[in-house]
Amino acid sequence: MSAIQITDVEKSYKALRALGGVSLAVEEGEFFGLLGPNGAGKTTLISIIAGLNKADAGTVKIHGYDVERDYREARKRLGVVPQELVFDPFFTVRETLRMQSGYFGLKNNDAWIDEVMHHLDLTVKADANMRALSGGMKRRVLVAQALVHKPPVIVLDEPTAGVDVELRQTLWKFISRLNREGHTIVLTTHYLEEAQALCNRIAMLKSGKVVALDATKALIRRIAGAQLTVRLVQGVLPEKLLPLVSHVDDMNRKTEFTLRVNDYAEVEPILATLREAGAVIDDMHLQQADLEDVFIQIMEGEK
Amino acid sequence: MIGFRTLFYKEVLRFWKVATQTITAPVMTAMLYLLIFGHVLEEHVQVFPGVRYTAFLIPGLIMMSVLQNAFANTSSSLIQSKITGNLVFVLLPPLSHWDLFGAYVLASVVRGLAVGAGVFVITVWFADLHFAAPAWIAVFALVGAGMLGTLGLIAGIWAEKFDQLAAFQNFIIVPATFLSGVFYSIHSLPPFWQAVSRFNPFFYMIDGFRYGFFGQSDIDPVTSLVIVSAFFVAVAALAIHMLKRGYKLRH
Repeated sequence: MSAIQITDVEKSYKALRALGGVSLAVEEGEFFGLLGPNGAGKTTLISIIAGLNKADAGTVKIHGYDVERDYREARKRLGVVPQELVFDPFFTVRETLRMQSGYFGLKNNDAWIDEVMHHLDLTVKADANMRALSGGMKRRVLVAQALVHKPPVIVLDEPTAGVDVELRQTLWKFISRLNREGHTIVLTTHYLEEAQALCNRIAMLKSGKVVALDATKALIRRIAGAQLTVRLVQGVLPEKLLPLVSHVDDMNRKTEFTLRVNDYAEVEPILATLREAGAVIDDMHLQQADLEDVFIQIMEGEK
Repeated sequence: MIGFRTLFYKEVLRFWKVATQTITAPVMTAMLYLLIFGHVLEEHVQVFPGVRYTAFLIPGLIMMSVLQNAFANTSSSLIQSKITGNLVFVLLPPLSHWDLFGAYVLASVVRGLAVGAGVFVITVWFADLHFAAPAWIAVFALVGAGMLGTLGLIAGIWAEKFDQLAAFQNFIIVPATFLSGVFYSIHSLPPFWQAVSRFNPFFYMIDGFRYGFFGQSDIDPVTSLVIVSAFFVAVAALAIHMLKRGYKLRH
């Protein structure tokens, strides 16, 4: 059974079509990335999974439980870290976490609350009022709140937006540990290197539609290949190579060209073509494509 | 059950942490009403035979405080949570619409009764009060607070901005409580306004509550209780329906 099963989900806000028939499944134990530009529908989709929004059509199931019909069972299995930095100013960190446990029907949850606070470096702030915390600390509390009931499925909506390096490392260490222990993780982020490092599978969303859905490695391999960057000190780029150019940079009258290569075997013929044209190379490097290249390629391809 | 209890506890703790504003201030306001109206009208008005005006006024002021604060508790808690966004903490867990309704309304009843008790303790020294039928006092206080807590819940869900909530409060709740016979008996009104008052559910709450003290009222307390309970059931059904549908909460 899938951890999250999304089937033909549609959602419109008046004239705006936020989701136009999204279907995807996140399997148990996955570290799944949900990527896309602002306004692609990521947060809308997460809100529907969390029961904060209602889909106009289609269904979402968490471990087989429909988020509307069996909302109690579905929500027990789901922990959501919302994107907005929200907090209740009336309470301390510990009170906040105890109450969140209670909402999920848990009594005497202090041992786990202490453990979560410890892993998120929150212990020293346990008795501080929420108002008195910095933005980063508030973010940690939001993460802790999503974890009080040890949900098998954890959804993080841009948890590292505007967050310092230390918290990112703390957070990913803890979340990765939870993932190794069997929790399913769904992550949205604009930091693609983060997604590449953490997620085993990725869905890309654009204008409310899934435009790519594959294992992270396959996605990178399938679409982007590598990039060869050459800086010419003399001569011009032969016309034959122009179709390969993905980027041109003019600096100090030396022109730098970035060429797409699908295979390392294509590098040698390119260099030979340049030599024959009388071009002199000042500098060159070969770079394996990363998720960012794939992302840009897919998003531009969809235009 | 733990979810409901936790939300109830959180709602009580929320107003308790700012008790100066949520309990002491309304008690103070009620006392000012008593000092000013009692002083001005004591010699001129006698509503029930053998009952001094100040004594007549006190139960009305207690009930008015109970009602207004029950309304204020649910409505302000909800609008604040909606505007700051932290309502999400209540919407994400597996709390049912019954849990939400019960916890919010019960906490507002506690706040209403706490303020009412405060007003009672402060004002009881100003007049000779009787307790002709204490059970009626308790019943009307409970049902009245429950109904206003429920109205506050509806207003808090409906309002998207503070000024919409203020409009609900200032143009509906406050006039309805002031024009319900807190300061007078409706028998002293011209026939037309007497008839209008009979459409005001708050009138029956105040009248029934006052019956508990003096054993005298404009309307038979059983009739009042039936009317007030019917209103309560109606607004509760509306509130539960709104919560179940996720009206303005789950878009």
